[in-house]
Amino acid sequence: MTAVEDRTGTPAPEKEIGKARRRKEDARLITGRTTWTDNTVLPGMLHLAVVRSPVAHARITNVDVSAAREAPGVVAVYTGQDFAEEQGSLPCAWPVTPDMVNPGHPSIAVDQVNHVGEAVAIIVARSKTAAQDAVELTDIDYELLPVVLDMEQAVQDGADLVHDQLESNTSYHFVFDAGEMGTGGDTEQAFSGADVVVSRRFVQQRLIPAFMEPRSVVVQPQGDNYTMWSSTQVPHILRVMAAMVTGIPEHKLRVIAPDVGGGFGGKLQVNPEEILCLLIARRLGKPVKWTETRSESLMTAHHGRDQVQFVDIAADREGHVKGLRVRLLADMGAYLRLITPGVPALGAFMYPGIYKFPAYRFECDGVFTNKVPTDAYRGAGRPEATFAIERIMDELAVELGMDPMELRRKNWIDAAEFPFTTVAGLAYDSGDYETATQQALELLGYDELRAEQQQRRESNDPVQLGIGISTFTEMCGLAPSRVLGSLSFGAGGWESASIRMLPTGKVEVVTGSTPHGQGHETAWSQLVADSLGVPFEDVEVLHGDTAISPRGLDTYGSRSLVVGGSAVVKAADKVIAKARKIAAHLLEASEDDLDFSGGTFSVRGTPGAGISIQEIALAIFAAHDYPEGIEPSIDAEATFDPENFSFPHGTHLCAMEVDTDTGFVKIRKYACVDDIGTIVNPLIVEGQIHGGLAQGIAQALYEEAIYDADGNLTTGTFVDYLVPSAADLPHFDTGNTVHTAPGNPIGAKGVGEAGCIASTPAVVNAALDAVRHLGVSDIRMPLTPERVWRAIHQGGDGGDRAAAGSNAYGGAQTETTAGVSTDASSLGGDR
Amino acid sequence: MTPITVRVDDASYTDDVEPRTLLVHYLREQLGKVGTVVGCDTSNCGACTVHLDGEAVKSCTVLAIQADGCEVTTIEGLARGAELHPVQKAFHEMHGLQCGYCTPGMIMASIDLLKDNPDPSDDEVREGIEGNLCRCTGYQNIVRAVRSAAAEMRGGSDGTGDGSVPPASVSPAVVDTAAAPHVAAQS
Amino acid sequence: MIPAPFAYARPTTVDEALQALAAGGEDVKVMAGGQSLIPVMRLRLAAPETVVDLSKVEGLRGVRDDGDAIVIGAMTTHSDVLSDPLIAEHAPLIAEATGTVADRQVRHRGTFGGALVHADPAGDLPAVALALDAEFVVVGPSGQRTVPASEFFVDYLTTAVGEGELLVEVRVPKLAGEWGMRYEKFNRVAQAWSIVAVAAVVRRENGRIAEARIGLTNMGPTPLRARAVEEALAGAEATPDAVGAAAARAAEGTEPSSDLNAQADYRQHLATVLTRRAVSAAAGL
Repeated sequence: MTAVEDRTGTPAPEKEIGKARRRKEDARLITGRTTWTDNTVLPGMLHLAVVRSPVAHARITNVDVSAAREAPGVVAVYTGQDFAEEQGSLPCAWPVTPDMVNPGHPSIAVDQVNHVGEAVAIIVARSKTAAQDAVELTDIDYELLPVVLDMEQAVQDGADLVHDQLESNTSYHFVFDAGEMGTGGDTEQAFSGADVVVSRRFVQQRLIPAFMEPRSVVVQPQGDNYTMWSSTQVPHILRVMAAMVTGIPEHKLRVIAPDVGGGFGGKLQVNPEEILCLLIARRLGKPVKWTETRSESLMTAHHGRDQVQFVDIAADREGHVKGLRVRLLADMGAYLRLITPGVPALGAFMYPGIYKFPAYRFECDGVFTNKVPTDAYRGAGRPEATFAIERIMDELAVELGMDPMELRRKNWIDAAEFPFTTVAGLAYDSGDYETATQQALELLGYDELRAEQQQRRESNDPVQLGIGISTFTEMCGLAPSRVLGSLSFGAGGWESASIRMLPTGKVEVVTGSTPHGQGHETAWSQLVADSLGVPFEDVEVLHGDTAISPRGLDTYGSRSLVVGGSAVVKAADKVIAKARKIAAHLLEASEDDLDFSGGTFSVRGTPGAGISIQEIALAIFAAHDYPEGIEPSIDAEATFDPENFSFPHGTHLCAMEVDTDTGFVKIRKYACVDDIGTIVNPLIVEGQIHGGLAQGIAQALYEEAIYDADGNLTTGTFVDYLVPSAADLPHFDTGNTVHTAPGNPIGAKGVGEAGCIASTPAVVNAALDAVRHLGVSDIRMPLTPERVWRAIHQGGDGGDRAAAGSNAYGGAQTETTAGVSTDASSLGGDR
Repeated sequence: MTPITVRVDDASYTDDVEPRTLLVHYLREQLGKVGTVVGCDTSNCGACTVHLDGEAVKSCTVLAIQADGCEVTTIEGLARGAELHPVQKAFHEMHGLQCGYCTPGMIMASIDLLKDNPDPSDDEVREGIEGNLCRCTGYQNIVRAVRSAAAEMRGGSDGTGDGSVPPASVSPAVVDTAAAPHVAAQS
Repeated sequence: MIPAPFAYARPTTVDEALQALAAGGEDVKVMAGGQSLIPVMRLRLAAPETVVDLSKVEGLRGVRDDGDAIVIGAMTTHSDVLSDPLIAEHAPLIAEATGTVADRQVRHRGTFGGALVHADPAGDLPAVALALDAEFVVVGPSGQRTVPASEFFVDYLTTAVGEGELLVEVRVPKLAGEWGMRYEKFNRVAQAWSIVAVAAVVRRENGRIAEARIGLTNMGPTPLRARAVEEALAGAEATPDAVGAAAARAAEGTEPSSDLNAQADYRQHLATVLTRRAVSAAAGL
């Protein structure tokens, strides 16, 4: 082998980090050569259909599935009684307080249902069609119980109870008080001495993650082993939890997340159907598949947000903030799922935003209602916090008669003050709010739009213009394991990676951070290409299968690059360190005399002597000639546990037109400048920002899960749950500043949630800025035309929407459960 | 059961179907054309879009039996060997996808749009794909991709081409190179 | 979701279709483009025993000139409508409204006649047909009859097409004189149904509005004519003030529903605003 050859004159390869590489993932996705879970077909595979409760709160008095059992193609029908002894409880990994009440969460209801859509029976059949047909043959009797839907009523004394074995509907009371924690002054004192106090009640409506790929699970039993394919964000967490719930030993369970079509927190879950598939596959010894319909998904996959926020801010007359007080009611839904209680608690630390508050107190009640549980949705706690602070800063500016940007400038952390420990005890790592803001103002064309706004006001134009500001930060890179421990979270926040150097010089990178659309395969390849000096094309990234990637904590909380990418870089460092010993041996030089650059070890002062790391991979595979006392391998594994969060920040500006005649709002222009630290792939970064903006804007303008008075989800299809299309969203003008994060070797801060967290208050502030002179001080989200019109012409915040679904398709909202038919309408034709 | 004969991606199939079998389920489950996916049950999301006799339709809202005697093109039938369709190539080049679940439908709808309007504006693209939901991209790079493909299919970015350009002779492995023109690399 | 099982008939002539309807029993549904029917069958909100698919019936698709009217076949797709020169010349309002129906995939399959017989109060074409004084040609076992638009829409999702009957074509009278038209649709997202919409057809003569016909979408269980507005506009000056005063009466006699998109009073308000805008545009103001 040619271990030594002349290397002089080889140009240093271009750095991969910072390059807008097109994604490796695309090749299969643009040609339809994909591996979605629902594509899986196994010999003898049976199909499941779930019979779901059509009522929100009831005792199950009788279950008759005899007719379904006799239906053609049906193999088995199970009810809650069949699994009562073995199903255990779905896990909740985040007991946010020691006395948090968790009523337990059966995967299938045994004697009581607590939300519409809860599983009450399962059909197992030879085809999906047969399973679905048999759903209609089941007959279940319910004794109705009072339905608890409104949190503010649910916490009153004497309120009807969701779980009548509990004393109240409150699961927990979580408090963070900066005065008590020693990170700030006394809040009550700050408020009692303040010149100005502004108090507001904001409503974070209930949202649905609405990933495009419906959830799907396949379980194959093989002896006492089980393989589960699931459309999940978290195969590693799912494996641990499913083993604990079902008693299947963890080493007998393999979980695979193949191509996964989006998650946004919605697939950060241990789903009832995942557990039920395992239990049924175990009982029948046959492979089973469950794939949900969209209506099932909207009705039963966990929801997000749903909080009522009471926010008080104190300041002096000059606009210096003196204190912040936040009290939340957070809707848990009927049960606690994986991190249901932790979502609002995660936000607790972000309410002070980028501002230097001397005093801060946060309190949150987690409240049970007869709705589907809430849990993580893009941002998880931080969008709520950002909305509250950015909205109340505008309200304070109005109260003070001050420009909203001037108020922010007066109070934000200056660039020179980093690192800065906030009143919530977080050490913000780096940033420059002023520079980002200046760039954003230029991108928007702020001065021209302000001039036009003035003109429209003076001419009493029916279409008014407003500009909204959101200067935000967030905590990302979840998470330092010790901090999670201090918050009683049930797991750590580290991430794992390993690198395998193959004999031909190709590189396999195994990551524990499981992607579902982000582009890890591309970005991780860039990291490794730079670290090891190998071609981008020579790197393959493996993930999403617990047999291939045994250790990991998966993808959520803008953590993948920051934590998972750092683990990859650390593993690469170890590969180089191991290879250095081999190189020294083969080059007959001292390790200390070796330079490693562009993938090649060379001997300092000896031109022409060198060996590439890819050549070392072959040499150590042959293992004919290597130093005594070391193992013949340069493969390496690393686990990275961050010591701090990272703190992306940015300035988002929205210009909004409001038609005062109809209440219709239209984004005229949207500009934002985000600082997410080092940018590994600008193409992916830009895409993440765009997608986040779309979801944040959708919260402000379009999306809301609505339940009627009986607890039926009336936004049960995409007809009424409005995910915006291309025609409903504006062009985004985006930019970046770069202040690298000091807490990880890449310098990245995280980008997955930034757009979603920052945009919502910018949009609402813009609409309010357009009509504030008409006496409007708040409009509830989403800003439906009706709400905007009512706020302008009738006062208030636009109020509740009617709960009835629209009459599209003849009123085809699915308040019925999957497969339960209602009276056929008199349809004669089509649209 | 009723026998149907359908030509899908240049191959003919004869099968028995129930009248209620949706075209998308026939494609996925009987033909194994799993590149086409189902995203909703109300024909809102467009993920299942295929071409039926040359026109984009939502295959979840067409009965398989209605495709009897018809020609169906799915995402799997667009490329000619290693040669991607210009719209496929542009989605890759412009990062017009993330999770990729909406992508087959989005690409099929975009091709249909460009057939009617070979040089759409941003707004025309946005309206043209109003029947396809994407949860990942915020659509901006999809709009770029469609316009970029339109320029290529017209025979250049100047809009003066005759539209008779053959499919782009570029494979995914080959296009994984330089920085995208609209994104400034970090210096 | 998968529809419940049904028997399927695919006639090739109108006679065969009528026979299939007669043979299909009580619970038979006609399928035109299927773009509303198939979704509700998938959701199992409808589960007909028999579906009679009209897609292969000859002679129902296309637009022809019939002297004083254009005649639109019931199975003419929305896409056909959008590219049809006769519609563009004589009834551009139909094309304008059709362009707002759902999305291009749905418009490739969905049909003009199907949308009218479906009679969804939030559908766009019924109010347009009403404003254009269209006539509906219906055939049945006892022969053919013509129903004026004013009598066609009977109730929520219900038309004058009786059991065993089919809509075969729609006659749209050509308009003589200086007519302007406008469809003003209000919805929250692009592919959605109308929250409220207004179809306005206005004839101007010597600077005045000689005649106006206003159709309202989703202001009650059926599409409605805004008669009070029409009366106020007849002979009125073509000025913004006159149009505004007339449009203020758009909600008279309406009984719109309340749902999550809009409550009734807001719909009534929208009707006045959209009527003002539609009439102004149709009148060239």
